[in-house]
Amino acid sequence: MLSVSKSPWLLHYDGSSCNGCDIEVLACLTPLYDVERFGVINTGNPKHADIFLITGGINAQNKPVVEEIYSQMPNPKVVVAVGICACNGGIFKECYNILGGVDTTIPVDIYVPGCAARPEAIIDGVVKAVALLDEKRKQMKLESSKEKGA
Amino acid sequence: MSMRSVVPFGPQHPVLPEPIHLDLVLEDEKVVEAVPSIGFVHRGLEKLVEKKDFNEYVYVAERICGICSFMHGMGYCEAVEHIMDIELPPRAKFLRTIWCEMSRIHSHLLWLGLLADAFGFESLFMQSWRLREKVLDMFEASTGGRVIFSVNKIGGQRKDVDNDMLHDFLRHFDEMEQELKTLSKTFLNDYAVCSRLKDVGFLTKEQAVELGAVGPFMRASGVALDNRKLGYAAYPEIEFEPITSNVGDCYARCDVRIREIFQSFDIIRQAVGKIPDGEVSVPVKGFPKGEHFMRVEQPRGEAIYYVKANGTKNLDRVRVRTPTFANLPGMLETLKGCQLADVPILILTIDPCISCTER
Repeated sequence: MLSVSKSPWLLHYDGSSCNGCDIEVLACLTPLYDVERFGVINTGNPKHADIFLITGGINAQNKPVVEEIYSQMPNPKVVVAVGICACNGGIFKECYNILGGVDTTIPVDIYVPGCAARPEAIIDGVVKAVALLDEKRKQMKLESSKEKGA
Repeated sequence: MSMRSVVPFGPQHPVLPEPIHLDLVLEDEKVVEAVPSIGFVHRGLEKLVEKKDFNEYVYVAERICGICSFMHGMGYCEAVEHIMDIELPPRAKFLRTIWCEMSRIHSHLLWLGLLADAFGFESLFMQSWRLREKVLDMFEASTGGRVIFSVNKIGGQRKDVDNDMLHDFLRHFDEMEQELKTLSKTFLNDYAVCSRLKDVGFLTKEQAVELGAVGPFMRASGVALDNRKLGYAAYPEIEFEPITSNVGDCYARCDVRIREIFQSFDIIRQAVGKIPDGEVSVPVKGFPKGEHFMRVEQPRGEAIYYVKANGTKNLDRVRVRTPTFANLPGMLETLKGCQLADVPILILTIDPCISCTER
């Protein structure tokens, strides 16, 4: 990892989860687990966010919302699917209103399974997302310098 | 003349951990109408009874909502147990009571934190959630899960908790009670907090009855109704009185919930003192046939479980009426005429759980 890494800002959206993973995501931000020690801050604005934490599966009503949030986030961005429902629909897979996991709608970089996903697992996912974010940023720089060279 | 404008609120909004959309019709800064649109978390959970058998459905019922997961599982189990005429062993009933009250403590602490976050008191939010982690630790020690426990089954509990651990819990609750006393001073006496909560969002006793409000939202308006008095689990053997306030504003709702946490500590102490030894489950044979309405008191208010069984392994129908659904008309009433800046707090004081409501 780089010696100086950007502090990533995190956006959390509840797809159609049962709240279990959502309160665990919030628990990650509070004193016991405290992801802020990695420089991670929870933001409510997609335009400020680098990491998109999404819990729960996709249904007809929230599909456009998820797409909209994803498109408003600036590049580079990393999507983390938290909980088994976000990975593939989980226990609700057979429900009539569940289209499937988050990857049916937007590209997902990191999957954090579990019902509910434990805070340790979520933090692990976020730390991996930070590394991936650095990689994506390097890639973007490389591409833009190539374009300038050409 | 003032200008009318419509401000969209949600589904993705910083104060909302869960998605709901409100169209707020404003006249200058004043809200004149709030039009909700829902369905962002709808999964179609009730229809899953056709695919899962009645024992498997306990797991689905638990996942109606991750905050009161224990009570959802228990409410469904109690309904099926009534249909099948199963008498639970007393130890199982007391365990249910203890876990129910632990759920209430963790849910109310969670709500206090979210409320503090809504009016921008970040350190108070952190303190509430720090305290809440202690309950989650106890849940993890006794059930193995932090938010989803899977300890309910039809005919009792999957796990027993030994008496040493229960007495150890009491020691932790004593410590928590002291810390909560300090914390509640800030919630109830701090000038800045009171200025945001007092005289905001009144709901009168008549309105609460007329609009069918439930739970602490109703009790804060002076209606002393508590479903625990109906006597499910081991509540008939516990002494307690519903906690009420006569004021009916946001401050009263906060006050009622804080006092309910202290009451829950007391109920757990009584339950641990009275818990008998013995089995925690009975064997279940055959399939349910018949129907039953089960009413339980969740942290947010009354939840109703309707189960209709036809004598096969799959149930005919499961219907859940959740407390937030009953509280929405009351919330929309309090929103009328409030300031735009108060909207997040007003929404929070009914303790909304959208995931329960839309299922």
